[in-house]
Amino acid sequence: MRLTLEIWRQRSATERGEFARYEVPDVSPDSSFLEMLDVLNEQLIEKGEEPVAFDHDCREGICGMCSLVVNGVPHGPERGTTVCQLHMRHFRDGETIVVEPWRAKAFPVLRDLVVDRTAFDRIIQAGGYVSINTGGAPDANAVPIAKEEADLAFDSATCIGCGACVAACRNASAMLFVGAKVTQFLHLPQGQPERRQRALAMVEKMDDEGFGRCSNHYECEAACPKEISRDVIRELNREFLGASLTRRS
Amino acid sequence: MNLDPKIPSGPVAEKWDRHRFQMKLVNPANKRKFEVIVVGSGLAGGSAAATLAELGYRVRCYCFQDSPRRAHSIAAQGGINAAKNYQNDGDSVYRLFYDTVKGGDFRSREANVYRLAQVSANIIDQCVAQGVPFAREYGGHLANRSFGGAQVSRTFYARGQTGQQLLLGAYSALSRQIAAGTVKMFPRTEMLDLVVVDGRARGIVTRHLVTGKVETHLADAVVLATGGYGNVFYLSTNAKGCNVTATWRAHKRGAGFANPCYTQIHPTCIPVAGEHQSKLTLMSESLRNDGRIWVPKEAGDKRRAADIPESERDYYLERKYPSFGNLAPRDIASRAAKQVCDEGRGVGPGGLGVFLDFSDAIRRLGRDAIEQRYGNLFQMYEKITGENPYEVPMRIYPASHYTMGGLWVDYNLESTIPGLFVIGEANFSDHGANRLGASALMQGLADGYFVLPYTIGDFFARAGAGTKIAEDHPEVRAVREQVDGRVAKLLSIRGKRSPDSFHRELGRVVWNDCGMARNDAGLRDALAKIPAIRQEFWENVTVLGTGDSLNVSLEKAGRVADFLEFAELLCRDALARDESCGGHFREEHQTPDGEAVRDDEKFAHAAVWEYRGENTEPARHVEPLTFEEVKLVTRSYK
Amino acid sequence: MTSWARTFGSSIGTKSLMALSGLALLFFVIAHLLGNLQIYLGPEAINAYGHLLKSLPELLWTMRIGLAAMFLLHISTAIRLTALNRSARPVAYRKSEPQVAGVAARSLIATGLLILAFVLFHLAHFTLGTVDPSSFHHVDEMGRHDVFRMVVTGFSNPLYTGIYVVAMIVLGFHLWHAIASLFQTLGLSHPRFRPLIEKVGKALAILLVLGNISIPLSILAGIVRLKTGG
Ligand SMILES: Cc1cc2nc3c(=O)[nH]c(=O)nc-3n(C[C@H](O)[C@H](O)[C@H](O)COP(=O)(O)OP(=O)(O)OC[C@H]3O[C@@H](n4cnc5c(N)ncnc54)[C@H](O)[C@@H]3O)c2cc1C
Ligand code: HEM
Ligand code: HEM
Ligand code: SF4
Ligand code: F3S
Ligand code: FES
Repeated sequence: MRLTLEIWRQRSATERGEFARYEVPDVSPDSSFLEMLDVLNEQLIEKGEEPVAFDHDCREGICGMCSLVVNGVPHGPERGTTVCQLHMRHFRDGETIVVEPWRAKAFPVLRDLVVDRTAFDRIIQAGGYVSINTGGAPDANAVPIAKEEADLAFDSATCIGCGACVAACRNASAMLFVGAKVTQFLHLPQGQPERRQRALAMVEKMDDEGFGRCSNHYECEAACPKEISRDVIRELNREFLGASLTRRS
Repeated sequence: MNLDPKIPSGPVAEKWDRHRFQMKLVNPANKRKFEVIVVGSGLAGGSAAATLAELGYRVRCYCFQDSPRRAHSIAAQGGINAAKNYQNDGDSVYRLFYDTVKGGDFRSREANVYRLAQVSANIIDQCVAQGVPFAREYGGHLANRSFGGAQVSRTFYARGQTGQQLLLGAYSALSRQIAAGTVKMFPRTEMLDLVVVDGRARGIVTRHLVTGKVETHLADAVVLATGGYGNVFYLSTNAKGCNVTATWRAHKRGAGFANPCYTQIHPTCIPVAGEHQSKLTLMSESLRNDGRIWVPKEAGDKRRAADIPESERDYYLERKYPSFGNLAPRDIASRAAKQVCDEGRGVGPGGLGVFLDFSDAIRRLGRDAIEQRYGNLFQMYEKITGENPYEVPMRIYPASHYTMGGLWVDYNLESTIPGLFVIGEANFSDHGANRLGASALMQGLADGYFVLPYTIGDFFARAGAGTKIAEDHPEVRAVREQVDGRVAKLLSIRGKRSPDSFHRELGRVVWNDCGMARNDAGLRDALAKIPAIRQEFWENVTVLGTGDSLNVSLEKAGRVADFLEFAELLCRDALARDESCGGHFREEHQTPDGEAVRDDEKFAHAAVWEYRGENTEPARHVEPLTFEEVKLVTRSYK
Repeated sequence: MTSWARTFGSSIGTKSLMALSGLALLFFVIAHLLGNLQIYLGPEAINAYGHLLKSLPELLWTMRIGLAAMFLLHISTAIRLTALNRSARPVAYRKSEPQVAGVAARSLIATGLLILAFVLFHLAHFTLGTVDPSSFHHVDEMGRHDVFRMVVTGFSNPLYTGIYVVAMIVLGFHLWHAIASLFQTLGLSHPRFRPLIEKVGKALAILLVLGNISIPLSILAGIVRLKTGG
């Protein structure tokens, strides 16, 4: 198939960017979206132009590195699919595809389609862990956990930290990401001792990093490749409010 | 080359305890004085960095991804082994030890494997305490499954995302230390060389992948946890960024490289769809429980699967291995697939694929039952291939998946360079010539949480902090200048071919001649071709742009350059190991029906290569392996 | 004190203010509608109701002040949030395809500001009487403010009816998203009740619109007329 691509090109964080138009004449419908970009890049190199930079690593939908807004939708049109798992057979021959980076104040563009998502790491550092040193753990079966709760914790834990939720949200809010981490621990006994402190600290950090506020649009849920539910936001709201109202300092 | 494995004395079951007691301790107040560099934030690096920091060392941790959470470990699906015996099915530390030594085809070090089995149970405790959501039974206790042909259920899992959940556990521990200021994290920072001063590893030279800044980082010890080199084949199930650079550079600075020819090929991957293919996707082996593997009997039969009558199908695994059938071990299943494809009987584009057919199972158990068991895998398959496996048989083909070889380490996980420790897939590991399913995660975390933190203390207690060295120390400066020179060189060639095109070409050669099956002639052929590709690379590669910015071509070119050197060692090792064992199959050494034939007389050792300069052949040294506990026997899966 | 500032300065705290003030406004709109529906019972009922309210100045003013406070809180928070949210994405997408968020959800600030404009007009109209003084200053036989006449005269004018009908539809849009949303914001929803909350929220929004617009429309259509009840 033949495609026209409109891709955001920006040399560095400090330079201005603009859209560039490229034709890719011979795209295999069996290739993935990133493989299509590989083909484009080989083409560009041949012409002496610098290839388009984009983040990727595992290419199987689990590392959370890939991050493209394809035709106005983070990770592209297929539900529950990262862009590295999106295949070209979902596009029409002759189509024009607009490819943009995640857009958010908290995720500055570093180059072309590559953004800086370290804000997510800093949010986790604020409290996305259980404070246990290596070696201090009791036997793994000492505390049984109801399967239902363990499954809920798991659903939240599937978040790959890709940031599509932020990219999709009109307010560039990180509530789905933060909600996923907070609720993972909320449903596990191991997470209980620090639960209040965790919710407070992570939300505070989220706010500091310049993410927007949630308006309950649920675009994040629709864009999330792991289909994390909006329920995590509701649970985070409740946890935060509860913790806030009873905090002592 | 000093290859003393430093195995503690005493019975195998007591070695680790005894060693832990005999090791010297660093006074808690003094730990702050020691700085450790950990390169890699996967299961091995992440867990090590966090634990060392908890102990009080000052740690700096590096990874090339934008976040430590994205290391390749995240992609592991199946599970992690541990000798918990929660199922009461007769598992024990000894059995896990035994299975691992046997599974490794008697090419691993008994003492290490025993220790691995011992600490396996602690790993599960630690991970659960961190909030890792392992699968559970309705009663609330942990669930297990049997994996990779083990006769006991000792594999812990978290749906199909065990690696992700374990890594997020390690990442959370690491994040906690970063917040505490005890670990300084350097994401998007690639190690390009090792600094060795007065024979001791003292630091690394890195390039920041966004600013392009080349920097020297000095410390009292360096830990490499940079993963495996499976991407030498270009197409593999590894993440695109996986590379050999860190270990290869360390090798060139004096670290022995052990058993590079031990590579593992996984039988159930989605086949190559075309020229554009950039990586291969693993499908869980569990599919072989219900799927039947077949190809047409006639070479060149291009009919659709449904049009090929039963009598014209060859269920070759069932035919050749009646008792194991479709569940034959990874290496055997992989080679059998290659064989039928070599005969021209492969299916799908390019003829590199075999059918994995569920129609019998669907008829027998019903579509719902199959959907229950494999629903998500079928979905993933359909996503990638666009074919519905409920209606047409899946197509699968083997792919490079894991590398057992790596930098040689002693019992303390220290390489042949003092002060350089190597953990996880990057070392030559405890898996011998073949790794059992669900054991890599176990090894990475064992090294990082429970072994290295002790042994590095012993090193510090004995060797002390190094004398302070400055960045303008001549040996440090020299390394840095070499790195700068190499970057400049890559940018200045401005030839005609992209780094990827060289990688692809190299991959094809290595896959064909040093892949699933190897032989003398093929290996010699590869050893002739690789230097030629390398030469063309240095004359004709093109890297556009500059060094002081985010430059993906430059990153790739550096990695490909190292693969081009490493590939030669891989083939050389495969040629020298004139036997078949585990993942290393030499066609000259097989039984009439295609089973691997080991030569314990000549090859019951680890082969350790010493780098001796650009134009000198590397030297092959050996660490003899002795088996006191497990008797050497021949594997048989008939 | 600082802990309160931290709570309500935070993203979730701010949102909860939005939801709580919105909830208060919602209660008012419901109560107001119930009061206004007395128009169908004739002048006696509604004038008496109006008089009753005025005869309890403490209650009335408490309510008015509370209501004004809720409006102020809701509006100021809305404006603050909107500004913050806009600044969280300094560079817009060239192409953006919302997948699930409807127009109602995406235009809360616009519908909100329109409601504000309506309320100001409405106060001028029926509370201060500055819009149409001629219909405002009537008293009924018992000397009470003739709310009935004021309303009926007002809505006999198609222009006013039009304004009210449009305003009510705008309010409906606002509430279409807002009612279910406030449960999510306050953490009061649950997967099992979520579909129910969403349906009830939308149904309530429709009911409020229908109830409200029925008044001007039935006046304009002549169903409610002056002198019917004497
Ligand atoms: C698809 C797949 C499925 C698997 N499933 C299983 C399974 O079910 N069970 C099992 O036990 N094993 C499994 N494995 C194997 C297992 O995942 C790996 O062996 C293991 O995770 C390796 O961990 P590691 O910490 O050693 O290295 P990695 O996780 O590969 O981490 C390497 C780290 O080093 C960094 N790094 C690398 N090079 C450099 C450099 N030059 N400079 C700076 N940083 C660098 C990277 O950024 C990364 O942080 C699977 C492997 C694959 C490919
Ligand atoms: C068609 C719909 C409506 C009608 C017929 C209506 C009618 C009235 C009337 C008659 C009064 C004056 C009562 C009196 O002075 O005794 C009034 C007051 C008021 N209305 Fe409405 N109203 C409508 C919709 C609304 C809506 C949607 C809002 C808010 C969003 C609103 C807010 C108010 C306020 C704030 C007052 C002043 C109350 C006070 O005096 O304290 N009204 N309305
Ligand atoms: C009677 C009038 C009004 C009622 C009943 C009302 C009700 C509500 C409710 C219940 C919410 C949902 C809060 C949440 O989800 O947490 C809401 C949100 C909102 N309201 Fe109103 N509102 C009214 C008037 C206004 C006005 C006058 C404005 C003007 C600026 C406004 C602007 C907003 C905005 C912007 C939001 C969305 C906030 C966000 O989630 O980002 N509203 N409203
Ligand atoms: S919540 Fe979903 S969209 Fe957001 S970071 Fe996690 S996986 Fe990505
Ligand atoms: S899309 Fe945005 S508004 Fe909230 S529900 Fe999701 S974060
Ligand atoms: S590249 Fe890893 S999720 Fe897409």
